[in-house]
Amino acid sequence: MSTTGQLEAPSQAGEAPALSCHGVRVSFRDHEVVCGVDLELDPGEWLGIIGPNGAGKSTLLRSIVGLADYSGAIALGDGQAPGAADVALVPQFPVLPKGMTVAEYVLLGRTAHLGWLARESQADRQIVSSVLHRLALTAFADRFVSTLSGGEAQQVVVARALAQQCPVLLLDEPTSALDVGHQVSVLELVDDLRRTEGLSVLAAMHDLSAAARFADRLILIDHGRIVAQGTPAEVLNADLLSAVYGTPLTVQPIDGELVVLPASRRHDKEPS
Amino acid sequence: MAEASLPTTALTDSDAAHPAVRRAFGLSVSATLIGIAVLVAVGFLSAISGAAGLPVGGIFASLFDWVPLIGVESSLSDQQESILFEIRLPRLVLGMLVGGSLAVAGASYQGVFRNPLADPYLLGVSAGAGFGAVLALGFGLDLGWGPFDTVPAAAFLGALVAVLASMAIARGGGASPATLLLGGVAMAALFSAAQTYAIQQLDENRAREVLSWLFGQLNTTGWKEIWLLLPYVAVCGAVLHVHRRHLDVLRVGDDEARSLGLDPVRSRLTVIVAASLLTAAAVSVSGLIAFVGLVVPHIVRLLISHSYRVIVPLSALVGAAFLAFVDIGARTLLAPEELPVGILTAFVGAPFFALVLWRDRWSTT
Repeated sequence: MSTTGQLEAPSQAGEAPALSCHGVRVSFRDHEVVCGVDLELDPGEWLGIIGPNGAGKSTLLRSIVGLADYSGAIALGDGQAPGAADVALVPQFPVLPKGMTVAEYVLLGRTAHLGWLARESQADRQIVSSVLHRLALTAFADRFVSTLSGGEAQQVVVARALAQQCPVLLLDEPTSALDVGHQVSVLELVDDLRRTEGLSVLAAMHDLSAAARFADRLILIDHGRIVAQGTPAEVLNADLLSAVYGTPLTVQPIDGELVVLPASRRHDKEPS
Repeated sequence: MAEASLPTTALTDSDAAHPAVRRAFGLSVSATLIGIAVLVAVGFLSAISGAAGLPVGGIFASLFDWVPLIGVESSLSDQQESILFEIRLPRLVLGMLVGGSLAVAGASYQGVFRNPLADPYLLGVSAGAGFGAVLALGFGLDLGWGPFDTVPAAAFLGALVAVLASMAIARGGGASPATLLLGGVAMAALFSAAQTYAIQQLDENRAREVLSWLFGQLNTTGWKEIWLLLPYVAVCGAVLHVHRRHLDVLRVGDDEARSLGLDPVRSRLTVIVAASLLTAAAVSVSGLIAFVGLVVPHIVRLLISHSYRVIVPLSALVGAAFLAFVDIGARTLLAPEELPVGILTAFVGAPFFALVLWRDRWSTT
């Protein structure tokens, strides 16, 4: 893993951020994918990262959990580099091994809290039981993860991240494989956990309307750089989004929520 | 910091853990007891089978008399007792140790390589160990130092060279489990050729001796082979048993394993070294016994669980019972002639394995 730098100024409120990135750069061979990203995730906050495919969202998340070599500084509130007991990742395409039960899968979340030669204790068993109970997955405990539907599987992956007992939860486009009903229910589940368990959430999000609805703040990334950040109302600007995503988009308030839609195709067909 | 945000609200009503959660922790007591019972039953069956025709009652009496604090008058003559204690029992125990070792090594390789076809033979580990042992045996380097003799050491060296070389080949090919296995196949071919060449260079008597060992035999001279194998079984078995939890984490792939807090490279290397040492020790006392490492973990997986917390310890018991059982056939089918047990395990194992593949169609990871 890379260098840990002490961060200069904690946020003005006096409360240290749950997680902060400072000048984070990630390169694959000669190609820089993340080009100096600064961000601060406040405790209890949902920070959404949006941007087109290949903008560097996933790579940024991967560097936070130590899966990509980076330069710059990534630190927790206490200045330490994050480990698997501090930051839990819900991957975009989780591996669901054949023949592994839901209970066995959630138990894997305890790995970071076990010594090299240790085995799980009664306490770990209780944590797994309570997480299954909390997510209403107890009835699924004996099912094989490979036989679950997409929505069920994503809940189980969230359950594993919860069993990891980390104050920071990273989501990498957690709903890209789900239908709209399950998208909402998984995001609501995470939002609910954020409120009840005091988690901080950093989520790379595909669906801009969902990002507007769930995130407190948004960061828009393009070509590895932050091009806009602020509240959803500030960042979700039709002109900016159209430029970044390379297609005409409109932003409309519907029932008090911002909804991002492709601009009407009739405009394209008008003779110029 | 880490404990800050736990769903404490739910902790109170979870005192009665769901049975599935309890099962997730590993092998249940009842499954362990069934495994031990099967092993003991096969042990008794093996003890009463053989060319010498010892009276069954006398064998049982002698066996119970052997147990400390129990005194039973046995009807066996001194000669019959020595057949039991110096020929049958050592061979039975050796079969159990070798069978358990190969099965555990196979299960461990399947875990670290995330491949249900991984096995000491397919990975070239056995061929490497065999080549090392052929060199040491064939060129008279057997110094009689028991566990620390040159034969197991040379076998281990060969095994480690084979597995590390196949890993190096795989790294060039993108380090996927599949390329690694193909690297193993290449190493197996290379070491088998080297082995054949080495045997050709020996004089005829030595060559015959080495070849008959190579076929996979459970020939014992008293308890000597067992004392040779036992330290390796104890140390490597303990290491692999402790790491069975890691094998379950590795099932989700290296990236997720790392994000869960496991160093996959370190785990994999530890398990590979221990499994290779265990294979080498087994090969150096019994030659090449095929299919045990492949078939036994599959039986456990099909019948009990896909979790390595279960597969590793239960493969030890089932592997021990399996080889001891097959060896009964090796000793009695063509009595007074003996079949090399390695040929019989292949006869039993290959069709079984074909059946498993046909039924499950590769879906057994």
